[in-house]
Amino acid sequence: MESKADVVIVGAGINGCALAYEVAKRGKDVVILEKNYIAYGATGRCGAGIRQQWSTKENAMLAKKSVEIFERLSDELGHDIGLRQGGYLIAIHDEDEMKQAKKNVEMQKSIGLPVRIIYEDEIKEIAPILNPEGMNAIAATFCPTDGHANPFKTTYAYAKSAERMGAKIYRFTEVKNIKTSDKKIEKVVTNKGEIKTEYVVNCAGAWSKEIAKMVGIEMPNKPVRKEALVTEPLKRIFDCMVISFKHGIYFSQQEEGQILGGIPSPEEKSGYYTEPTFSFLKHMSYMLGKYAPPLKYVNILRQWTGFYDVTPDALPILGKTEIEGFIQCNGFSGHGFMIAPMTARLLAQLICNEKMDMSIDRLSQNRFKEKIIKEKSVVG
Amino acid sequence: MKIVCRCEDITEEDIIKAIEEYGCETLAELKQLLRLGMGHCQGRTCLILTAKILARKTGKSLNEILPSFRPPAVAVEIGLIGGENGK
Repeated sequence: MESKADVVIVGAGINGCALAYEVAKRGKDVVILEKNYIAYGATGRCGAGIRQQWSTKENAMLAKKSVEIFERLSDELGHDIGLRQGGYLIAIHDEDEMKQAKKNVEMQKSIGLPVRIIYEDEIKEIAPILNPEGMNAIAATFCPTDGHANPFKTTYAYAKSAERMGAKIYRFTEVKNIKTSDKKIEKVVTNKGEIKTEYVVNCAGAWSKEIAKMVGIEMPNKPVRKEALVTEPLKRIFDCMVISFKHGIYFSQQEEGQILGGIPSPEEKSGYYTEPTFSFLKHMSYMLGKYAPPLKYVNILRQWTGFYDVTPDALPILGKTEIEGFIQCNGFSGHGFMIAPMTARLLAQLICNEKMDMSIDRLSQNRFKEKIIKEKSVVG
Repeated sequence: MKIVCRCEDITEEDIIKAIEEYGCETLAELKQLLRLGMGHCQGRTCLILTAKILARKTGKSLNEILPSFRPPAVAVEIGLIGGENGK
């Protein structure tokens, strides 16, 4: 193992790998330390949706800029990432939701997103499998440039490209401690040796809290178990991701034809619980039958769990901390995949002292000392 | 050509190439890269065969390689689980 590096990244999920690529591209020596294997955590278990329809401008901007990068990413990295832009259809169930939707759409349009409110006829036109009555939907918002990408292909594409530029990825390598002196990062201690470094970036997802503790930083993040299921592959039926903030459901048809989705489980717990539950399977199956009745006759192949790394306002925690050289890149609260490309670029600019494309000051952990504005558009 | 995963149409050559190119040490990594074992039979044929290839290539024992299995045990209809009233 290297005895020193300019930047040490903890965690080889989508954010760690994307950041390694962006930092290596700028000529720095980068090492990723990963306790398991690439995309072991939330990245490899996620729905891999790419949504720009958010209620807070921070998330909407990060997502919009990320989509611009996603659209060119297969070419830039030289590996196919499996991007499909079939749009996101977000159900609106009542007048209260309609009011919020109108507010969201206005903000989203102001930053240039092609989002609009659609009604029953157009819902059925976009996805004939949907049953607006069963969904209990009076309308929906739709943004055609939303979509999804293959989380494995995307993460490995970033990882391979980072390695090509000299980054080193150590799998099955656990961070045991981070040594500081005078509130400044000194070195990282792992089960396979020590690395001297100036920067440590905490991309450890649901385990970020544990990493931050090593430098004496307490974080408000909570790991929350989330469940998902996937069906047998079918020929192409619909292109959009369907979601509802009220029901928490999301589902889409993936590139290979399978239906993949999730919904908050009645037994959802905070803590490192990994068991899949029958109650989720039942609840999700019932709701799928309501949303898209023909899916009742489709076979489920597999269910699994992963963690959301949830912050009190469902916005990520990004940027510098009171420990010089300790950078946060976590707290994605279930949408780390979709904003990773832009997040990685911004943090690389921060680390390399470049002018930043947009400010991330409002996403620092310091915000929790003041009144927070919660992201409302959350599913899963 | 030897087919290992019939559902997802993956050959022994594909598996060996992924092990060599990406340094895979686990079935989970091969699953991520190739969709191995993610098809209709959920790996009931291919995972054991792949585990043997991995053991041969990495020098690990089969016990270290074999996975945890994810429910449901067999493919099951959504309507059968969800029912009509969610109860």
